[in-house]
Amino acid sequence: MFKILEKRLLAENIYLMKIDAPRVARAALPGQFVIVRADKVGERIPLTIADFDAEEGSVTIVIQTLGLSTRKICALEAGEVLADFAGPLGRPSEFVHEPLEELRKRRYLFIGGGVGTAPVYPQVKWLKEHGVEVDVIIGAKNRDMLIYTQEMERVASELYIATDDGSAGFKGLVTALFEQLMAEGKHYDECVAIGPMIMMKFVALTTKRYNLKTTVSLNALMVDGTGMCGACRVTVAGKTRFICVEGPEFDAHEVDFDEAMRRQGMYRTQEQRAMAIAAEREAGHKCRIGLDK
Amino acid sequence: MANKIPRVPVREQDPVVRATNFEEVCYGYNLEEAQLEASRCLDCKNPRCVAACPVGLQIPRFIAALREGELSRAAAIIAEDSSLPSICGRVCPQESQCEGACVLGIKGEAVAIGKIERFVGDWKLEHAAELEHTTAPAKGRKVAIVGSGPAGLACASDLAKWGYEVTVFEALHRLGGVLVYGIPEFRLPKERIVAREIAEVERLGVKFEKDVIVGRTVTIDSLLDEEGFDAVFIGSGAGLPRFMGIEGENLNGVVSANEFLTRANLMHAYDSNYDTPIYVGKHVVVVGGGNVAMDAVRTAKRLGAEATIVYRRSEQELPARVEEVHHAKEEGINFRMLTNPVAVLGNEQGWVTAVRCVEMELGEPDESGRRSPIVKPGSEFELPCDVVIMALGTSPNPLIASTTKGLETNRRGCLTATEEGATTREGVFAGGDAVTGAATVILAMGAGRKAAKAIDAYLSEK
Repeated sequence: MFKILEKRLLAENIYLMKIDAPRVARAALPGQFVIVRADKVGERIPLTIADFDAEEGSVTIVIQTLGLSTRKICALEAGEVLADFAGPLGRPSEFVHEPLEELRKRRYLFIGGGVGTAPVYPQVKWLKEHGVEVDVIIGAKNRDMLIYTQEMERVASELYIATDDGSAGFKGLVTALFEQLMAEGKHYDECVAIGPMIMMKFVALTTKRYNLKTTVSLNALMVDGTGMCGACRVTVAGKTRFICVEGPEFDAHEVDFDEAMRRQGMYRTQEQRAMAIAAEREAGHKCRIGLDK
Repeated sequence: MANKIPRVPVREQDPVVRATNFEEVCYGYNLEEAQLEASRCLDCKNPRCVAACPVGLQIPRFIAALREGELSRAAAIIAEDSSLPSICGRVCPQESQCEGACVLGIKGEAVAIGKIERFVGDWKLEHAAELEHTTAPAKGRKVAIVGSGPAGLACASDLAKWGYEVTVFEALHRLGGVLVYGIPEFRLPKERIVAREIAEVERLGVKFEKDVIVGRTVTIDSLLDEEGFDAVFIGSGAGLPRFMGIEGENLNGVVSANEFLTRANLMHAYDSNYDTPIYVGKHVVVVGGGNVAMDAVRTAKRLGAEATIVYRRSEQELPARVEEVHHAKEEGINFRMLTNPVAVLGNEQGWVTAVRCVEMELGEPDESGRRSPIVKPGSEFELPCDVVIMALGTSPNPLIASTTKGLETNRRGCLTATEEGATTREGVFAGGDAVTGAATVILAMGAGRKAAKAIDAYLSEK
């Protein structure tokens, strides 16, 4: 059992949760994820680590309520427990293992989209702590859906905001803002993009035109998260890779995003059905002809 | 004459009924049946069954004790060599081990050793509270076990009995390894059998810590250097699924048997009270002929799909237990022997619509001694389906080897270890599928017990 130390609403349907998980906190590095299970009948779902504090023994995750399992997790309050919290999983970001003098010669650009902004934070924080220059673009639908702006401001050299409706910062998509920065003469040596698959796909297409090395952190369906099930298969440079053990970060210009997006929908029908049944039950309806089995 | 009695048939759930539920297929013997079957044993002077058992279970001795009605003695005799009789009695390939060697089997039917073992094991679980556990005085030495599958459990119980302080680390949220994520409920009940056999291990004083992935959450080095363990046993199994590398394998609807079975078994996807989804469609094709393939195809059938096995050799070569093949047939599973997939076909949305297969014929025996299949020219055909389950075997997870210095593996990714279980790193031992590649529960258990002896010898000298 893993206790929820803190819970905060960051934006509509987006929650931050700080979890008491000393072993995970001690071992975690930027770029890794955890597998979370709300209760004993819950699904195992992968969530990227948004922050960790080895001394306090805590790990922070940021969750958007999308389906039954994320809703279940978000319904829990501080003081309550998660049944399981296993990790850290996946390989840490590549830069963690690179010599610092090399890193310090580079200028990084991070692009975070929506809830994907949260896992960008520990990476930028790590680089900042190690004396590396990092600019950050945060993208969201509108001003109210922006998250992590204050935290990011503290660790980013330059912070740029893009909203679809222009209610904060640049009006338009992160890719358009990126192109504007390039037109202004900015230079980057590496880009890291984390967000919805569709955003990462278009960031990859855009940065490719500028020959800018780009890394993406892929989210996929998983059961165990340790290489056992193969549900997270993705094609990278024409080869099948397991996101859980060989990723989650890959060269953006080599990822088959269309396949990855299609594979995310493998259980959509069942998930929607489960959501509908849960909603009916919540509304007090009890199926008497067994359609909820 | 004892051997004039025919082998006592075992009661089973009706095939038509059981193909729609997840209750155990085989009911097992009751006392009367078990004793009648026990009376068939000739009590050979040179028991070939014992030699054919990977852990050398004293078969005629425990059978004799049962025949004489001394059940706790029968259980104690088994316990000398095996800590998981209820499990082994259910999942061992007896026909190629003890029962395959039984003298009675030459002219007639072998003694049903597996069913008798199961009966004694289940009796022991029922009477666990009344039986005494003898544990040696505490030695003050700590041993870490990686993985709570058969190898780890066997190693842990021996070491605990000898007075070691044992902690088992499990990556998943439930104990038992392949016993809970791989083998289905209808073949090995999880609460009634697996959880209770593990509770017995716990009663010996073994500590269990779940949600710890060795190689990620902790490392072998941190266990030895920071957490004060004096030795480590790696029984992490062979959990990495293989795929064929054919076209269309990443289409929606193609899953590994590991994924399919883990969803069904560990995550209870067949039970609507649990949240994990599973997809079976109308027609499921399972590629492979081992026990895992049988488990997957029978699970698919129970979830309401038409289910077909596709295997590249003939029925004779099926590596699955004879009983599983027999049960699968009774349950209405289709068998397409001498057939091999060459591509998975899909629709415009990327969902599976069929498997393109070729027919095979058997040629000369290969290095494994089995006749190797050769493609029949011009035999290509399409087998319509909406789910394809790949049950092609598994290999060990590289997570531990790749994060531990000085731990060598062979080209198949298996840890290098001696017969006794010593790896290339001092103080680190290994056994089971992590060393041999995917094998059986009993072999893993045997390896765990051998390693326990080696760990005891190592720590006694140190």
